[in-house]
Amino acid sequence: MVDDLYREVILDHYKNPRGHGVIEEPDAQAEGLNPLCGDEVSIYVQFAEDGETIDEVKFSGRGCAISQASTSMLMEMVKGRTANEIAELPKEELLEEVGIPLTPVRLKCALLGLGVLKVALHRAKGTSLPDEWAGLDELDLR
Amino acid sequence: MAVTARPALDAQKLRADFPIFEQKMHGKPLAYLDSAASSQKPRQVLDAVRDFYETSYANVHRGVYVLSERATEAYEGAREKARAFVNAPSAREVVFTRSATESINLVAYAWGLDNLRSGDVVLVTELEHHSNFVPWQYLAKRAGADFRMLPIDDRGELRLDELDELAGGGRVKVVATNLVSNSLGTVNPVARLAAWAHERGAIMVVDGAQGAPHHEVDVQELGCDFFAFSSHKLCGPTGVGALWGRAELLERMAPFNLGGHMIRAVRAEGTTWGELPYKFEAGTMPIAEAVGFGVAMDYVAEAGLDAIAEYESELAAHALERLAELGGVTTYGPPAERRAGIVSFNVDGIHPHDVAQVLDSEGVAIRAGHHCCQPLMTRLGVAATNRASFYLYTVPEEIDRLIEGLHKVRKILA
Repeated sequence: MVDDLYREVILDHYKNPRGHGVIEEPDAQAEGLNPLCGDEVSIYVQFAEDGETIDEVKFSGRGCAISQASTSMLMEMVKGRTANEIAELPKEELLEEVGIPLTPVRLKCALLGLGVLKVALHRAKGTSLPDEWAGLDELDLR
Repeated sequence: MAVTARPALDAQKLRADFPIFEQKMHGKPLAYLDSAASSQKPRQVLDAVRDFYETSYANVHRGVYVLSERATEAYEGAREKARAFVNAPSAREVVFTRSATESINLVAYAWGLDNLRSGDVVLVTELEHHSNFVPWQYLAKRAGADFRMLPIDDRGELRLDELDELAGGGRVKVVATNLVSNSLGTVNPVARLAAWAHERGAIMVVDGAQGAPHHEVDVQELGCDFFAFSSHKLCGPTGVGALWGRAELLERMAPFNLGGHMIRAVRAEGTTWGELPYKFEAGTMPIAEAVGFGVAMDYVAEAGLDAIAEYESELAAHALERLAELGGVTTYGPPAERRAGIVSFNVDGIHPHDVAQVLDSEGVAIRAGHHCCQPLMTRLGVAATNRASFYLYTVPEEIDRLIEGLHKVRKILA
């Protein structure tokens, strides 16, 4: 079970996170906290000239291996796709990529980054966050 | 017969009373190091609850039939056990509640709403569990009173030298502390705090949820005014707790929960309240749970509170020593001789959730999180810690397995 959870690709993303850093003057930005365990994630987005395509995306923060690895995988997954597409991205797509069995507690860790990214994109586009994300358990997204 | 010293606690023997240890976790024996969150239950308690339901169950204080009398006797018998357990002067000062949290809320509302006002000071400690922090913060805000926090030093012990300064410019009306910190295991100097509170005319409220299961408690010696404790951390069922309060305070307090059984007479124009302790026991109480709680108190008392305290302190010393040998680990809290069986720590560079998850795969159950003590975590400068906590059924081998597990944590995540 634990070998499934901390499989090599997760540990690789955890130890060598992709897109780790900060974008100065981003087009979209948000942060989130899981008060239960103190995981923190901030995400910064820069759009291409069309104002739609995600040209650059970075994250900073601290947390457990699952939250950090899944956010790192998310960075690779969304680059080059449009804001609208990612704002509506079903969480299953990320979870499939993460590809590990998650208990309800750890599910929140895995979804923290995606929740933060959705808040950033919806805010930048002036659209409202779908209900299922607005009240995502105890995650504090802002 | 020669008088001999009371034998030390035999954890291995007691452990056999706990059916939970008969199963395996991930194919390994269970090392349960989360007793500060909740304790496991001995067969004696489980059997007593089942037996009560099978032979003596009915609602209490209501019926004139045999079963109801039998149930009432068992329920009131548990109250007497709770009285004796904390050496309260009278059983009418012992109120059953749903939890230690409800016990504290009872005091905060029923005493606080009528006694706190603008300019008053409510003082809690930086070590408090949210259960003895949030109700006071909320009531202080409603009353316009000042809410202040007594800080700790770097070893997690209360800064009593700050008390006088903290009291400056206000009337201290409430001092609230836990007897034992659920995060750090610090055993707090309640008697000294109570003396200080009383010099200022304040009431002393003690959260004994973590203290009562592990230390001999004498509320008269502590000199406090209210003492809250719960069953589930003390080998008893969930859903029941107790509050001891001084009769003269309880008598002057308005009720907390309103409804059946807590009344004397109900008329359209008004209702009068029942006698202590029933004034505070509205609705059908957790009767069987209270009976189980009584048996749990007997069980723990039979093992010996002094023996438990001494044994847990030895376990804490063993854990601290083994963690120090391991290296790369930060531990929090006072030295072993001044702490209960709780050890909070962090493995450098590895998040507590990951530590706890890998340990789980080895059958080792610890807690990772803020332990309902966010102000304390802020003081320690961490989001969360790992916490291993012990009880009368904990054996040193479980701590050794924790250490072995931490090697695996490092192997995977470092």
